[in-house]
Amino acid sequence: MSLSLRPGAEAIAAKGWLAAHKWLILRRSSQLGILLLFLVGPWFGLWIVKGNLSFSYTLDFLPLTDPYVILQSMLAKQLPERLALTGAAIVLAFYLLVGGRSYCSWVCPVNLLTDAAYWLRVRLGLKGSAHISRPTRYWMLGMTLVVAAATGSIAWEMVNPVSMMHRGLFFGLGLAWAVVLAVFLFDLFVMRHGWCGHLCPVGAFYSLIGKLSLLRVKLPARAACNDCMDCFAVCPEPQVIRPALKAIDGTPPLILEANCTNCGRCIDVCSKDVFAFGTRFNTTVVPLTGVPHAAPK
Amino acid sequence: MDNENKPSAAARRQFLADTARMACGVGLLGLGVGLYARHARALPPAAIRPPGALAEADFSAACIRCGMCVRDCPFNILHLAKPEEPLSTGTPYFVARQLPCEMCEDIPCVKACPTGALDHSLKDINKSKMGLAVLVDHETCLNFLGLRCDICYRVCPVIDKAITLDPQTNARTGRHTLFIPTVHSDHCTGCGKCEKACPTEVASIKVFPLAMAKGHLSSHYRLGWVEKEKAGSSLVAPDVEHQYNLPEGMKYESGKGLSGSPGAVPPAPTPPGPVGLPRAKQGNQL
Repeated sequence: MSLSLRPGAEAIAAKGWLAAHKWLILRRSSQLGILLLFLVGPWFGLWIVKGNLSFSYTLDFLPLTDPYVILQSMLAKQLPERLALTGAAIVLAFYLLVGGRSYCSWVCPVNLLTDAAYWLRVRLGLKGSAHISRPTRYWMLGMTLVVAAATGSIAWEMVNPVSMMHRGLFFGLGLAWAVVLAVFLFDLFVMRHGWCGHLCPVGAFYSLIGKLSLLRVKLPARAACNDCMDCFAVCPEPQVIRPALKAIDGTPPLILEANCTNCGRCIDVCSKDVFAFGTRFNTTVVPLTGVPHAAPK
Repeated sequence: MDNENKPSAAARRQFLADTARMACGVGLLGLGVGLYARHARALPPAAIRPPGALAEADFSAACIRCGMCVRDCPFNILHLAKPEEPLSTGTPYFVARQLPCEMCEDIPCVKACPTGALDHSLKDINKSKMGLAVLVDHETCLNFLGLRCDICYRVCPVIDKAITLDPQTNARTGRHTLFIPTVHSDHCTGCGKCEKACPTEVASIKVFPLAMAKGHLSSHYRLGWVEKEKAGSSLVAPDVEHQYNLPEGMKYESGKGLSGSPGAVPPAPTPPGPVGLPRAKQGNQL
């Protein structure tokens, strides 16, 4: 029963619980660890990191700036000082290496929330979902940039649930909790993967960086796929898997879609070890004969 | 040919309809966000920006809401605006009546700002223009009532420049002087210490954002006394020495008041004989 109900059950049986949750555990550690790094300052006066995801200064040495907010600022006709620009360059370079939307799955605090909403949605067996197409997020992205230029202010930051939540956790939430709760309830009751998968312009921005990024999920053993569909069930952006898995139009065994968040959950739940992290180069396919464990770490 | 065209025409229709739907939906949201942002530019009177903050329109484009200024303020006076507060979400401000700016000489908040929303060219905290103190309520100000409260004047970090006590006749008693706290905008930094220290239940002197507090004289106005000083002499008609009708041995000097001339017998201060002017009227106001 559990085999048919819970995606990943087969992988747990084949690889053991730990191996079937490896990337999930690492990812949650990363998300919570980053939150903790920011929190030990205000909580214990231990200032390893100051600021928030818009700009942070680590050990008074490493500036990290959100390039999206800098882009809005520049469209509103303000050129930031060098420190902010340096931080933005570092962040851009980093996500060019590890995949733009890695931000979404490894860093963003809202992901914890929307993942929880999705988990609860599945648990409660909520089936219906409003339909908005996934590219809506690019319209949202465009809208925020147009509004920044038109109003001459970083207008989106006034309502952005992502920065509102992150900032609120360290500087005081106020009514931001209501906005955060609204996103959670929207994902839970209104739309499957609604915020992160369809609407969030921050994710849309990072996906554009991800178009060129180096780190990718590869499918070195795609021939071993037994069509269990577990990867589709756990993937927050399932549309990115199909072309690479089914070699549609000769797609190499490599997920090049910009919206893959590099969460690695597909690697976890695949009992046949079809998936693995790798670079966008070197797309050799393990031949069908003698597959099963072609891509150990 | 018809068969080939039909599906593509339908697809085109669908595409256009989808695009219009998306543009309208997202556009509506964008309109809301834009209007909200415009509203937030009207800074509420009690919210004072940190030192060196650009003018509000530029500030809302340059501040990325990172809170570095909040963190580096050694006195923890700064907050980031919460979504329900009536100024741009996430931007820094302080409320003078709660905790005024302590005017650190090294201005750590400005140094911490990564974008320059707090202008890095501000090196002297006494040159900052966070706002402007205004003695808003003449009816409750204790000095206006005739007391020597003087607290705003005493606590001012730019004492005797930003706030001076200007003597005026107390017309109610006819014999006392009011020391009117007078704010001078070219020296006031808007730190808010006066507002914080004002002893009335609700502060009688308050700091407002500069744009709200400051008037502006029309450009065609000329101040006669300034012009006179510039020209070296009166531009209109030559000044006539005023002839005072004074008791013997007394003289009156503009700006100094009455005095007995040396050598002359000072007039006896006998109560029944009302000699000279009431003391209160001997100030420079006459």
